[in-house]
Amino acid sequence: MLADGLIRAPMSHIVRLIVQRVSLGVLLLVAVSVLIFAGTQILPGDVAQAILGQSATPESLANLREQLGLNDPAFIRYFRWLGGVVTGDLGTAMSSGQDIATSIKGRLWNTLFLAFWAAVVAVPLAIILGLIAVRYRNGWVDKLISGLALASTSFPEFFIGYVLVYFFAVKYQIFPGISTVYDGMPFGERMQAIMLPAAALTLVVLAHMMRMTRAAILNVMQSAYVETAELKGLSAFAVIRRHAFPNAIAPIINVVMLNLAYLIVGVVVVEVIFVYPGMGQYLVDHVTKRDVPVVQAVGLIFAAVYISLNIIADIAAIVANPRLGHPK
Amino acid sequence: MSQELGYLSRCVAAGRLSRREFLGRATALGVSATFANSLLARAAQAEGPVRGGIIKGGIDGGGSTQSLDPATFVTLPGIFGKCWGEYLVALTPDGHLENRLAEEVGSSDDVKIWTFKIRQDVEFHNGKTVTAEDVVATLERHSDEKSKSAALGIMRNIKSLKADGRDVVITLKEPDAELPFLMTDYHLVIQPNGGRDNPAEGISAGPYKVTVNEPGVRHGGERFANFWQADKMGFADQVEIIVINDATSRISALQSGQVHMINKVEPKVVDFVKRVPNLKVEAVSGPGHYVFIMRCDSAPFDNNDLRMALKLAMDRQEMVDKILHGYGTVGNDFPINASYPLFPDDIEQRTFDPDQAKHHYKKSGHSGSILLRTAYSSFPGAVDAAQLYQQSCAKAGITLDVKREPDDGYSAEVWNKKPFCTSFWSGRAIQSQMYATAYLSTAPWNETRFSNERFDKLLTEARAELDENKRKNLYREMAIIVRDEGGTILPMFNQFIDAISDKIGGYGGGRGELMDGGYAFSRCWLTA
Repeated sequence: MLADGLIRAPMSHIVRLIVQRVSLGVLLLVAVSVLIFAGTQILPGDVAQAILGQSATPESLANLREQLGLNDPAFIRYFRWLGGVVTGDLGTAMSSGQDIATSIKGRLWNTLFLAFWAAVVAVPLAIILGLIAVRYRNGWVDKLISGLALASTSFPEFFIGYVLVYFFAVKYQIFPGISTVYDGMPFGERMQAIMLPAAALTLVVLAHMMRMTRAAILNVMQSAYVETAELKGLSAFAVIRRHAFPNAIAPIINVVMLNLAYLIVGVVVVEVIFVYPGMGQYLVDHVTKRDVPVVQAVGLIFAAVYISLNIIADIAAIVANPRLGHPK
Repeated sequence: MSQELGYLSRCVAAGRLSRREFLGRATALGVSATFANSLLARAAQAEGPVRGGIIKGGIDGGGSTQSLDPATFVTLPGIFGKCWGEYLVALTPDGHLENRLAEEVGSSDDVKIWTFKIRQDVEFHNGKTVTAEDVVATLERHSDEKSKSAALGIMRNIKSLKADGRDVVITLKEPDAELPFLMTDYHLVIQPNGGRDNPAEGISAGPYKVTVNEPGVRHGGERFANFWQADKMGFADQVEIIVINDATSRISALQSGQVHMINKVEPKVVDFVKRVPNLKVEAVSGPGHYVFIMRCDSAPFDNNDLRMALKLAMDRQEMVDKILHGYGTVGNDFPINASYPLFPDDIEQRTFDPDQAKHHYKKSGHSGSILLRTAYSSFPGAVDAAQLYQQSCAKAGITLDVKREPDDGYSAEVWNKKPFCTSFWSGRAIQSQMYATAYLSTAPWNETRFSNERFDKLLTEARAELDENKRKNLYREMAIIVRDEGGTILPMFNQFIDAISDKIGGYGGGRGELMDGGYAFSRCWLTA
């Protein structure tokens, strides 16, 4: 069925679809950048006060404001920044004076590294557990898998993090509880360092994907063609693998992408507990300092991640399900 | 007996007696094993510093927005600054002034002109020799009106600066007998050419050279081979500061041996941490304190009877017990405690007195509720403290409304703007500096809008007074004025709580966390 669908959907149609989605995504990004900028303007307090803290004198505040160009109107600052982004220059951080592109690169790489390894474990594990749950649906295996996965998701991230640290870092000292990574760290050490945060993230996202896989396949299992497949004598796993799974792939891709996005943009708590130098902590630091250029840059990257993962999910779902490719 | 024990413990330290033998003999002398063990630890310390190793600290207060420019130092870059930075003068762990880059400090008779003679042959990390010109350039950068230095307030009294051979000559506008203490401010790191070329490059003449600078993640240094005082500081081969802003993660990092010392242990968990073997908790009293600020120029706080009523309605002991869990001392409504030189220790302690509070409240003629603003970020436990205060005020017949403000922007929107709110101070080096920062009528951070001619005059007099006894008396009078007429309710002085692995030797002393804000990294060593 999957193969048939691909043949029937004309290539030009898919290309048009991709172009359409990507340009919509870019428009959405611009809108998001305006929203983020407006949001940072509404926040109370200003950059100079936030940088110098309580020990700031009125003179030093005025000097810093002047130096940072905070006296220009908001829209001028916005377009100045937007012009930079288009030419690949994210500007310098107001607070530390460091080049944003350079400092974000390392952070983004760290975040992607952690998200990648968490996903490598979590996605197949969730899908396989989902398939097993469907195979033994309503039996004790299904209930056990669902119960454990739901429990691990229901616990707050910091609780899971602390439990992992308590057993694996403090009590048995197998893995480090502090996951500081740095440039030039050997791969093996790096993997060891991210073991606990990756495990915590896996536990957090597992249930959502697993339950969705289970629900989507169970939905398809009601269909007539599944019954036909069963009647012609295929084994239960073969039915799921050959007939149910390909037709349930669209919602599964959607939920996987949603969770991948979460692994990249939503891991502040895990980063703080394990002291992992990723994007989340970087963003929070700069929000509290009212460092608008950095907040904008990080916000834009997060928005881009979300939007592009959603585009991928959409396109993949349409390709997988030819009916969606021919809207009436 | 103690002599014999002392002798025996030194024997163990020197390797002439086994630990087991020592404990046996100590028990024979009627000493508990715990005490004997602590004796041993002390003897090992007394054996002196050990060189080598990497001292690691898990430190709270780091952010990716921070920079190594000393003018913008806050807690964490400040702690790292004590590793790589060198100062003109510094405080010793027992609170005395110590000459660092200044070899001699002298002044004219009227303490208006101060001379700091700069030590010869001290090298910066970049190989350049430290000169009087570098010192002058540093002080000029921090006192420049265009500067964004947080030390600008200190420098405001400086009229002119000049280098004269090896001497740095500072001429003041108003005499100040305690100027050298002001030079211990942690922002005043001496940098080549005053740091004008690149203030954030992290070059000074301290015991460690900056090797790693990833703000908000970690900082690292390696021993500077040409450090001028290698026998006193900088014993480890390397220091590493890992930013751990989560209190629980700090403790687990220390427990699992990933770091050797941490700061800011939460008072509520101290008792649990104490039970962990192989580490010790160090609570240090310092000048830091928590305040409830009433603005003396705004109704209803412009009435001293009302202010007095609110001061008397504060149950200080309850605050220390419940908010600080005992890790602190009660305050007496003036910002000075025993950690300051010339502390006036004979001023009567104000206590919780609902009857007197009622009396003053009635006399003030005020009616209706009073609004107190607070936020979690104003000090640890501030919101709880405000609620406790609400209860104790109720006992005195005063109705208090507590409003929780957002943490974000609190210091910009509420502190120093609204008439009644909570806040904290980390304190200053000397009394006159603390008063000049927040109580002098013309000070920008005079958060209580306190204006008292007599007080302002006493401050000028105290600064110029050379005789310590007389100065102490002047400080005493100032304290009483602030205590009885000021707008500050000061219920408690908080302690700094560090936790240290038993692998660390030489730890102790100082007025702030990690030995006066970070000297632990350069004054301590790793025992084998």
